[in-house]
Amino acid sequence: MHIEIDEISKLFGATAALHPVSLSLPSGALVALLGPSGSGKTTLLRILGGLEFPTAGRVLFDGQDATGLTVQERRAGFVFQSYALFRHMTVFDNIAYGLNARPRGSRPPAAEIARRVTRLLELIQLPDIGSRFPSQLSGGQRQRVALARALAIEPRMLLLDEPFGALDAKVRKELRQGLRDIHDETGLTTIFVTHDQEEAMELADLVVVMSMGRIEQIGKPADIRARPATQFVRDFISA
Amino acid sequence: MSETRTFTFRPATEETPVVRWLLIGLAVLGIAILVAAPLFVVFAEALAKGVWTAVQSLGNRDALSAIKLTLMIAAISVPLNAAFGIAAAWFITKFDFRGKAFLITLIDLPFSVSPVVAGLCIVLMFGANSLVGGWLVAQGYPIVFALPGIVLATMFVTFPFVARELIPVMIEQGRAEEEAALTLGASGWRTFWTVTLPNIRWALLYGVLLCNARAMGEFGAVAVVSGKIRGQTATMPITIEMLYNEYLSIAAFSMAAVLTALALVTLLLKTALELRHADELAATRRH
Repeated sequence: MHIEIDEISKLFGATAALHPVSLSLPSGALVALLGPSGSGKTTLLRILGGLEFPTAGRVLFDGQDATGLTVQERRAGFVFQSYALFRHMTVFDNIAYGLNARPRGSRPPAAEIARRVTRLLELIQLPDIGSRFPSQLSGGQRQRVALARALAIEPRMLLLDEPFGALDAKVRKELRQGLRDIHDETGLTTIFVTHDQEEAMELADLVVVMSMGRIEQIGKPADIRARPATQFVRDFISA
Repeated sequence: MSETRTFTFRPATEETPVVRWLLIGLAVLGIAILVAAPLFVVFAEALAKGVWTAVQSLGNRDALSAIKLTLMIAAISVPLNAAFGIAAAWFITKFDFRGKAFLITLIDLPFSVSPVVAGLCIVLMFGANSLVGGWLVAQGYPIVFALPGIVLATMFVTFPFVARELIPVMIEQGRAEEEAALTLGASGWRTFWTVTLPNIRWALLYGVLLCNARAMGEFGAVAVVSGKIRGQTATMPITIEMLYNEYLSIAAFSMAAVLTALALVTLLLKTALELRHADELAATRRH
């Protein structure tokens, strides 16, 4: 799905988290929102997911105005920074949650839900953990379960907030490839937030560098490396 | 010839045996004097003239009416306060708004206001001489010196228990799980029942138990609004006081023993639930 951000701004009280920003993300792209903390990247991601609403501006999905769509209507697969798995539910129930939450008319039968959960557990290469609780999983496993849970609702896009933030370096590298694979397999427009320039450059097709609520540069990783548009970008990617 | 030397290490957080036993002994002594002894005395006094006398003293119409009234007050005010407490905690912890600190202070107010003052406020608001109360009495629905007044006073005094128990737990858990449920397509109502409520159920249970204990035991506020009419508006604590003032100590202590037993039953219930769900508690506490 093509995502168009049209002059979006966001104020929290008197402080501007986002100055008007515009951005066009082609369908099927793997996009990194890169910037230091306080750059507005997470706010932008949450606006796309419908968890925050912009003070001004529009969001367009495939050319249709989606600004007023509720979080449920957006159908965005969202992976939270701390994963936000439901701690009192098994991994199976976590992944099945979105399907069970559908209105009776469009809810798949229990057997179909079980089949889909099993397939997702295979996709994230953890076929045997369905009956465990989140507290019994490692950080990397939790992240993959969160990804499977987001994919279960057949989302129109995938939004990830610092998906590798809480993991050690080795697991991080593995999961990066995992995300790349899942993106290539599903073809979903995928946007992830990161403050790690190496991660953004290595994983994304398109990198959006942000600072202080503004977009500093948009481009392919190689272009940004070769031609940093501003002093900030030059400093940030060489750090 | 090598000499083997053994070292004994003490963990940094552990004290020497002497200090340990001294501290434990002090704690046990404190509990014995302050908690166990009074409990024992209540039951001993009640049974001083034998079990039969104690049971007989509870068998009359007024005593039974007091027990029934107290249970009824708890049955009305505890569920209502649980619902209000959940609503208040939900509102305070899941939304940002102006005046949040003020609302928290307001919830705490019943803890800082003397129950007698709270009772007087209700008499002034709803008494026969007030505007509202006068009208209600004329319609045949008296508030003060009747069940509604006692329930109102009890609810005022016990209002903070559930909310106070829930707010820190809900702050610690944050909003991420609720947000996740919403992005997965769940409605706000469904999110509350399937995510929020299961996460707070233990804190809720503690809050309800504390609220219940206080609702059954409240004296000051109820004493003002109830009018202490024997067999009609005298709750168990008030009946105990009246009996004691009349030197009917067996009757007073028997009633006190029943009230204490009710509290002990709720505590046992809590412990039983904790034991039964120990695994689940341990699994869900840390994420």
